[in-house]
Amino acid sequence: MKYDLIVIGAGPAGMAAAGTAARGGLRVALVDSAAQLGGQFHRQPPPELGGGNVRDDPTHERLGRDQSIEQAIQAPAPRRDFLRLRDRLTGVDLHLGCRVWAVEPSFAVHHDGGTLTGERLLIATGAHDRVVPFPGWDLPGVMTAGGAQALLKGNLVVAGRRIAVAGTGPFLLPVAAGLAAAGARVVGVFEAARQMGALARYPAKLAEGAGYAATLARYRVPYHRGQAVVAAHGADELAKVTVAKIDDGWRAIRTREIECDALAVGYGFVPQLDLPVQLGCATTRDSDGSAIVAVDDQMRTSITGVHAAGETTGVGGAELAELDGIIAGHSITGTPLPDGVRRRRERARAFARLLHEVFPVRDGWRDRLRADTIVCRCEEVPYQAICDAQALGAVDTRSLKLLARPGMGWCQGRMCGYAVARLAGEDPPPPRRPIAQPISLQNLAAYPLRSTNDDA
Amino acid sequence: MPDVVVIGAGVVGAACAYYAARAGLSVTVVDQGAVAGGTTGAGEGNVLVSDKEPGPELDLASLSAGLWSDLAAEVGGFEYEPKGGLVVAETPEVLTALTGLAAKQESSGVRAEVVTPEEYEPNIARGLAGGVYYPQDAQVQPMLAAARLLHASGAQIRTGVRVTGFTRSGDRITGVRTDEGDLPAGAVVNAAGTWAGDIAALAGLPLPVLPRRGFILVTEPLPEPLIHHKVYTAAYVTNVASEDEGLETSAVVEGTPSGPVLIGASRERVGYDRTVSYPVLARLAEQAVALFPALATRKVIRAYCGFRPYCPDHLPVIGPDPRAPGLYHATGHEGAGIGLAPATGLLISRVVTGYSGQPGRPIKSGANGRSGPAESGGQLDLDLFPFRPERFT
Repeated sequence: MKYDLIVIGAGPAGMAAAGTAARGGLRVALVDSAAQLGGQFHRQPPPELGGGNVRDDPTHERLGRDQSIEQAIQAPAPRRDFLRLRDRLTGVDLHLGCRVWAVEPSFAVHHDGGTLTGERLLIATGAHDRVVPFPGWDLPGVMTAGGAQALLKGNLVVAGRRIAVAGTGPFLLPVAAGLAAAGARVVGVFEAARQMGALARYPAKLAEGAGYAATLARYRVPYHRGQAVVAAHGADELAKVTVAKIDDGWRAIRTREIECDALAVGYGFVPQLDLPVQLGCATTRDSDGSAIVAVDDQMRTSITGVHAAGETTGVGGAELAELDGIIAGHSITGTPLPDGVRRRRERARAFARLLHEVFPVRDGWRDRLRADTIVCRCEEVPYQAICDAQALGAVDTRSLKLLARPGMGWCQGRMCGYAVARLAGEDPPPPRRPIAQPISLQNLAAYPLRSTNDDA
Repeated sequence: MPDVVVIGAGVVGAACAYYAARAGLSVTVVDQGAVAGGTTGAGEGNVLVSDKEPGPELDLASLSAGLWSDLAAEVGGFEYEPKGGLVVAETPEVLTALTGLAAKQESSGVRAEVVTPEEYEPNIARGLAGGVYYPQDAQVQPMLAAARLLHASGAQIRTGVRVTGFTRSGDRITGVRTDEGDLPAGAVVNAAGTWAGDIAALAGLPLPVLPRRGFILVTEPLPEPLIHHKVYTAAYVTNVASEDEGLETSAVVEGTPSGPVLIGASRERVGYDRTVSYPVLARLAEQAVALFPALATRKVIRAYCGFRPYCPDHLPVIGPDPRAPGLYHATGHEGAGIGLAPATGLLISRVVTGYSGQPGRPIKSGANGRSGPAESGGQLDLDLFPFRPERFT
């Protein structure tokens, strides 16, 4: 028997949608690559801390690979909003630890352990860290902000002893606060943006930020605006970073060096669109230039029977994702939307757009690349190779990839895709990844023969 | 005004530009997309003599295989690997057919050797009936090959420019119209690959070039080479020449200098549909594992499709179009465009500079074959008659 609905992604959007649809009487499957519910925001440690929970997203690997300086902490109690989402999942079939590598137009969802079939799909696959290269970013000890957060939440591991947090966006605050509260010495938060007054229009959000600011103050963590880490240094592992005051275009004005053994760097997030692109869902552009799934006010995509919710429809945080999920769930079940949901969602979406305005990523980072700075880590493509390909006539992201190989490796451009596109002078095109997760040849060969829930 | 405008910045257009420039002509290349953005960008980089029956296409392939070797020395930078091809037969019956083909190919000048497959490929499946080794088979990185040839040609490259029509004087083609203005030229070469039929239609000329879809699987980079040659099953040869509308697959497996293994080949006539067919990918995986069991646990990290430009008789279209003087075609190479590109480019440059198009004096390849207007009026060693554009009417 087919499921009435398969929800792919068990973060706030997917959990909310699955719970709403199940309460509306549908037979629902909820699928996620992680072994635990929660997604990135509500990431939970595994019951026995067996590990392996973090590496489901290639950009959540440490950018370097050394673990010796990491320290374990005690598991915090789960947040109440997570428990509320989880408790609504009664009756939902959970398929956790299942990496979906393809979705067919018949709504057959293929994962590394089997195939699920459904009458409808909801795509809530979230987003991954946006990575911007700089000299030394591939040193052990450098990681994405999301990677540091995932280590902390999923593995209860603090990424280092003296940690710098850099990049842009509100996500730097919980990362720095979490690391400081877990016992790390956070030597500073280096936020590229300078003007944040516009955020005052959202008092509730401001209060949330003030909570993190209080934590940072308690641990004496300095918060610098208009500054960026422009280089990382170390012989075999990170020893210090160069921090610069930057102008509005992100060009470095004045630099200084700060010793640290870890750097968590985050430049926002890139929506994860592999599956909706496989299905042929129409895409559009978010106000920050990111490719996103186009949805109507019911969260319906251009493909009949396919909804999308959360960061795939525009990065905006956990609250917006959950509201998206509730709207999608009610749209799918045909049940009336509770009062206030749509208004709260409009406000959360407007706030997300404001965040894109306040925390933009400017192209000035390109000036910091040296000939030998690695742009694509999987294929070890240095900046010089990108320049050579451009000299040979590569004019866009795809031809850069064809001539210099960035994005051809293990992570399929999730890590370097943004940088390569900007070096080509364009916004990243929607990703074309027919094989969304690596799959062994024998499993690929055998997949049409596997039994599905549709056989019964 | 350039002497030649080449439509298409794929490998065939690049070879046309390269040899035209070497013949002393000034060249502009236009493409609706990017360099190597069409079928070239989806190719494996095959330079094969092994998969062709004796005839005009094999003659073209043999000429071209030698030219690739020369280009690797003259231009380089495109991962030319003269690694040889191994064709294997699963059954004694297929082996008989394969060795029979090899004997005929040898009489056309192809080097071929009946071998025991595992002596050439230690990791190949046991129990195969046998194989034939073709030392002239080679591989190039097709995107780099196109880009390097274009760069070496010194041609003006105009990407992102769409050809919208032709300028004419009577029947004669005097240039192309584009969305960025007219480009007058002494000669226009239609090297638009799968889209060449649409280009010909802009001149009011029927040219039946159609897409034949193929998928390729790409594995994770392997730490050490598992596969040393280009390896494929004998079924590939019959599939290439097949008239069947439906899906055909045959195992074609090879390593690359960058580490990943490329796995083909499927053939389907489904228009320009880019929808991924997972059953096709599964068959490719199954056949590759049957040929190299050690691949079973290796991971596929990517898959992509491309569209081979094919003509009803499976021969390319190369030469002047008598229906529109000044217009030349270089297209329809199906899955062999990478391999056949240099010979195509060389022959186009000869006919543009005034060679007669009739067999006669041999063409020398390489630096010694440098030709110029002074040589105009000479003869080609390869008869273009089987490739003539008007043969379908």
